Amino acid sequence: MKPLKLDVKSYQELLKQYIVSEDETSLYQAEQFSKMSMQQKISPEEIIDVHIQALKELYPDLPAEIDASLDFLMETMISYGLAYQEFQSLREKQVELQSEISVAASMQQSLLSTTKPNVKGIDIGAISVPANQMNGDYYHFVNDDAGYLGIAIADVIGKGIPAALAMSMIKYSMDSFRETQRNPKTVLENLNRVVERNVDSSMFITMYYGLFNLNTNLLQFSSAGHEPGFYYNASKDEFFDIEGNGLVLGVMNNASYEQYEIQMEKDDIVILLTDGVTECRIGDRFIEREEILEVIKEYIHLPAQEAVESVYKYFEKLQDFHLRDDFTLIFLKKNV
Amino acid sequence: MNFQSGVHIKKEWDIVGARQLGRNRAKELGFGTVDQARIATAISELARNIYLYAGTGRVSFEIVEDINKKGLKIVAADEGPGILDISQVMEDGFSTSGGLGAGLPGVKRLMDDFDIDSVQGEGTVITTIKWVR
Repeated sequence: MKPLKLDVKSYQELLKQYIVSEDETSLYQAEQFSKMSMQQKISPEEIIDVHIQALKELYPDLPAEIDASLDFLMETMISYGLAYQEFQSLREKQVELQSEISVAASMQQSLLSTTKPNVKGIDIGAISVPANQMNGDYYHFVNDDAGYLGIAIADVIGKGIPAALAMSMIKYSMDSFRETQRNPKTVLENLNRVVERNVDSSMFITMYYGLFNLNTNLLQFSSAGHEPGFYYNASKDEFFDIEGNGLVLGVMNNASYEQYEIQMEKDDIVILLTDGVTECRIGDRFIEREEILEVIKEYIHLPAQEAVESVYKYFEKLQDFHLRDDFTLIFLKKNV
Repeated sequence: MNFQSGVHIKKEWDIVGARQLGRNRAKELGFGTVDQARIATAISELARNIYLYAGTGRVSFEIVEDINKKGLKIVAADEGPGILDISQVMEDGFSTSGGLGAGLPGVKRLMDDFDIDSVQGEGTVITTIKWVR
């Protein structure tokens, strides 16, 4: 309470100066006084108390009514003071939580990190940006010595921390599968069992897994309810939806998945994405798939990595730099 | 001298009675106006809790003396349902009545010492002290 006693004097002088001259300088100093008080965690009722004390010393013959009204004001401010203190403590707690989450987010990044492989004949571009700090989308490349490139892209329904936790499980299950189990249908069937057993029944994961044979240029893939991507056929100069209507992971224990194939030729392109791309909002409405394709077409001639980044930047701007959902986009351009 | 007094809480009007009695005790002890207002607010919160969650109970006042200080001790006791999770009700931001700054964390901030005992199905006793500065 001592520093406050000191403040009464200076407050009193300020008040006196203002009453005499009504100048802006005093008001500016009052602002400083108010800011300093907040730094010292002095609550509003204490400021009013200081005001009452200062006023009574300056004008000892204050009318009793004014005197009473000031006490009344002070009583009224008590709850504001309490609310302010609670707000302060909640703010401190929020800072703690924030830093805890960013530690978790960077840990997730190193857990789920994947290197984009350098494969002869295919130009790969990949980007994944979380809406909040932690990502509920996931992509992964597996490049083996036998001439196969595995491509996984997955999306947990929902976002934030629970989604991110579920994603770590997908990655580690995939790591534990043997190489003989790498065909897309088997990968998804195995993952489905893991998800069904281990994840809360209200949480679903959609996933696309593709296996590209670098020697034959055959892309085999299966989808577990994942957002359909696009396939650009260069000889026809046409875009097609990539099919795949399997059940999302985690719904049924023994779900089985169909496997599809695309024979990729020179200049063909495979585009994989998550619903963070297709569910971009412009104002009140979702963007149409055709509109997304228009945007993709605009940048597709660029080198793959530059292209996915350009498409992302376009949608980021479109949504006022505030993503509603995690955003993941992969381009595979066959360039030989 | 260590006299004790209190107010039985059974209707909302009794909250005002408890505030009045507490404020009088605080004045007698020489608390300043700001502290008087804080004590009255703490009494309100405690008495309201009794009225809302236990139905009936008692708020009593006691003058306590330490080696070189004097204080006002407030005891709010009820035989209501008790508090299931004390940590939760003592947490900022958790308030069944929905107000910011209300509830038991507010009482703790307004007063100097704070103690709570609650047994489920038997009741709750909250003891809190404000020392004269």
